[in-house]
Amino acid sequence: MSTPPVLELRGLTVRYGGVPALDRVDVSLHGGRITCVLGENGSGKSTLVAVLSGLRRHDDGDLLLDGDPVRFRSPRDARRAGIATVWQDLAVAPLLSVWRNLCLGAEPTRGRWPLRRLDVDAARETTVRALERIGVTGVDPDQPVNSLQPGARQSLAIARAVHYGARALVLDEPTEPMTIAQHTLIGQAVLGARARGLAVVVVTHNPRYAHLVGDRFLLLARGQVAGDLTHADVDADDLTRLMAGGEELTALTARLQELHPELGER
Amino acid sequence: MTVDRLPFTRVAPPRRRVVDRVLARPSTAAVLGLAVVVVVFGLRVPELLAPEGLAGVLDAAALLGIGGVMVGLLLVGGHFDVSIGTVTVGSAALTGVLAGPMEWGIWPALTVSLGASLAVGLANGWLVVRTGLPSFLVTLATALVVQGTTVSALPLVAGAPRITGLDEAPGWSSASALFGSTVEVGGGVFPVALLWWLAVTALAGWLLWRTRFGNDVLAMGGSRRAARELGVPVRRTTLVLYLITAAAGWLVGTLALVPVASVAGTPSLTTAIDFVVVAVIGGCLLTGGYGSMAGAAAGALLFAVARRGVELSGWDARWSQVLLGVLLLVALLVGGVVRGRLRAAPRS
Repeated sequence: MSTPPVLELRGLTVRYGGVPALDRVDVSLHGGRITCVLGENGSGKSTLVAVLSGLRRHDDGDLLLDGDPVRFRSPRDARRAGIATVWQDLAVAPLLSVWRNLCLGAEPTRGRWPLRRLDVDAARETTVRALERIGVTGVDPDQPVNSLQPGARQSLAIARAVHYGARALVLDEPTEPMTIAQHTLIGQAVLGARARGLAVVVVTHNPRYAHLVGDRFLLLARGQVAGDLTHADVDADDLTRLMAGGEELTALTARLQELHPELGER
Repeated sequence: MTVDRLPFTRVAPPRRRVVDRVLARPSTAAVLGLAVVVVVFGLRVPELLAPEGLAGVLDAAALLGIGGVMVGLLLVGGHFDVSIGTVTVGSAALTGVLAGPMEWGIWPALTVSLGASLAVGLANGWLVVRTGLPSFLVTLATALVVQGTTVSALPLVAGAPRITGLDEAPGWSSASALFGSTVEVGGGVFPVALLWWLAVTALAGWLLWRTRFGNDVLAMGGSRRAARELGVPVRRTTLVLYLITAAAGWLVGTLALVPVASVAGTPSLTTAIDFVVVAVIGGCLLTGGYGSMAGAAAGALLFAVARRGVELSGWDARWSQVLLGVLLLVALLVGGVVRGRLRAAPRS
């Protein structure tokens, strides 16, 4: 690639109390490409998301934004740099209104300190526009999030990430069960971001979905990169097998069939 | 403050019934309760609502209100402070010691005791932030330390459990004007503490609903994980909350000290409970994330009317605790209804 990657990890290491959650990871995330991160629980996916979005600082190695090393002090910093995240838990405060949730951490203000105050009208306008951008209309920005229909939390989280993500979009697949419509919404957001030239990172448990949208697949195992594949390298079945632990699952099947012949050839 | 809606939000905003809107307001319970208590005691003991009785009620409500509003702000942020009651008495005792036996001017004494209160607030905040322990336990520990120090050190330094004659300290007249002046209206003597109460309530309400800090507090109490993930400076916000709570404790102590020009080192652990009761009656959720500063102020008024009403009715004043317990229970149940209206189950 001629242009430098939007985000690049070089030998990046994160330790939790001495135990590495990410161990010397090298990844380049280019604009206009969707990278799917796959791996079992505890393989370092969440840590990768935490580092990219500024929640966790790395202990060793470099994180480069447009070729320059950066060290985000908080998710606020990362968002200011144009890296927005859809969190696994959606990061929504249920009792707060839609606009307070959407602008949280980046509220528009007016006036000077100590009289600096929220620009509520601007925040409402931003909220309505951000929601319209992903195709959600007719939401009253003053409503508390909990009085909204199910699924609105996802829309809110996506609208927020799309609105603030200028360079990169990080999506940690929500743990909440989703309908087809919500999956579609997320898919649209991801593909839309790719079309606008953002570097997109999708953390998912669903290999078929990953194969559908992804350009590149990053397999993590025990904090290390176990595989870095492009769309041309694999088909959906390969991904499924790789994700399910490949050989381990085969070994487990054989062992169980040996111990319980009644399982037969399943 | 909001004028008209943005044109495009008018696209079929889901209509909520007026009843729902009113019930969803956290302060509703306190306002209704206040109306009931005023009517009941007003009929029983009409002198309660005469200027003299009203002045007494408002005097008590002002100090409760300042503490209640600040504790309410802390509750909204998902924290708790048991130490504010002992900070109130402890800072007043310190002011008394410095301005009395040590013969400092009243202003230096007040400044130093404010500094000491802030130091306690800083210790609370720092311990909560660093250890991640429940703030109830952390502040209970500091409350015991402050209370023990106050009650045992005051007689040692001052030679008596009570310090009087503080009005001889240099600079007393200006301090007295600011914290102890009164206005007489129709036979009732209204203290300046009322203005402080109003100012604190207005300031806290503005902070909570109209500033970035307030939004951080609301988010932090509503879902700490979400707040962290969105870059809310959780630690800094927590520290600031404990600092303002401690400053409010100092203010309450000063407003109690100056009008009588004396101070006593009395145990005061339950004062903080009163503040919490006031805040919860006022609609602040114990679980954090929602509340009302005006509601907390109304809760303080309700508390004061109930206590004074019981006293004036000629009953043992201790019966008022029963009434407050019942009120608190009602407030908690109504709080549940409010949350139901918001269709919410606040996460811890």
